[in-house]
Amino acid sequence: MNYARHVLIHLRKDLRLEWRTKDSINGMLFFTLLVVVVFSLAFDPTAYPTIARQISGGLLWVALLFAAMTALNQSWAREVRNNVLDAQRLVSAPASALFVGKALSNLLFVSGVEVVLAPLFTIFYNLHPLGQTWLLLLILPLGTWALVVNGTFFAALSLRTRSRELMLPLVLFPISMPALLAMINATTNVLTGEFEPGLWIKLLLAYDIAFSTVCVLLFDTILHAD
Amino acid sequence: MSAAPLPIPAVHLDRVSRVYGNFAALRNLSFSIPTGSSVVVLGENGAGKSTLLRILAGLVSATCGKVSIFGSAPREQPRRLAYMSHETMLYDELTALENLHYFAALQPSLLTPEQALREVGLDPALPRRLGEYSQGMRQRASLARVLLTQPDLLLLDEPFSNVDVASAQHIVHLLQRYVQTAPRTLILTTHQADLARPLAHTVITLKAGQLAP
Repeated sequence: MNYARHVLIHLRKDLRLEWRTKDSINGMLFFTLLVVVVFSLAFDPTAYPTIARQISGGLLWVALLFAAMTALNQSWAREVRNNVLDAQRLVSAPASALFVGKALSNLLFVSGVEVVLAPLFTIFYNLHPLGQTWLLLLILPLGTWALVVNGTFFAALSLRTRSRELMLPLVLFPISMPALLAMINATTNVLTGEFEPGLWIKLLLAYDIAFSTVCVLLFDTILHAD
Repeated sequence: MSAAPLPIPAVHLDRVSRVYGNFAALRNLSFSIPTGSSVVVLGENGAGKSTLLRILAGLVSATCGKVSIFGSAPREQPRRLAYMSHETMLYDELTALENLHYFAALQPSLLTPEQALREVGLDPALPRRLGEYSQGMRQRASLARVLLTQPDLLLLDEPFSNVDVASAQHIVHLLQRYVQTAPRTLILTTHQADLARPLAHTVITLKAGQLAP
């Protein structure tokens, strides 16, 4: 109960900071809109609806992945500024509550972008999913959590490196490969309706559980490393 | 008749060194600070003052040697010590009161955020964000954060840096009052020896990571 209270305190603080600065949200929205518009200019989705369905899943996750990078880098930059991170290391509240709070706030930021992005995607790519559309309500949060939980952890890990903006994608992409594969295939399967996405969703769920557990358990060591 | 046990010192360092690559920030440092003392650490830039405080706070490990705070490792005493660096360790986008409410909620605090701010002479109702404060006000807000838990050991790294004389004197008076009301230990690093002198029971001077004679 106390742990959940600490998570909420961190989450509330991160939401308040984002509300006042809009650092992450503005960057993410700009980036995702850019991807949606540029790719829609590259081919005519109305002339090739099958191709549009086949590549939209990948495009959506590429946009979200790069957008998430913006939020992930920003979320720890706030803690480094003014050396607040040292104050976090000295409080008696569990370190992993800080991690979970931050991962949840990043989940909310990226989900907010998804809410804006989804209708735009449907319009720009003239999408009419042929599979069970409601499954996207499972795939999107599971995929987003996979990105933000690892991203938040590895962003913290690369805090003390000299070029942390470069380090994060270098470390995060290989680790996230199984999740990326699962989220892209699951989304494409829902859009095309050709295959059942069930297996990919299960893989994504297993990935989320495994990596969330590892990240929470290891975060204390990361935070208190010299 | 058995002799009374010796009181545990607030701080004890036994041959402590800290090396960064080829640079030794601290070399073989040994000393004890009894509970209730106020110690001012002087030294030039790079003498090892900040490293010493960070080691005492448990933020950095000693490369070799033993550090104990009230008889235990520094990280085992998070509730008894507080550390203030020359940066504010607070969020610029929040007001001082919001910052303090946040940190007070993460640890058992003996003062309310409002009390801590009044203690350092800041108005808790001030609606401005910390980033809009003057340097002196920022420093005082930072001090209010460390006072929240009323720690037994207060570690202050350059608390007078970038503040005007009036603000610095305000901080000195506040610290004097703080250490006089209970047996509390204060360790403070500074370049401004004259300002800190009224606080000091003991003055330690570091030179190239060692105690200067």
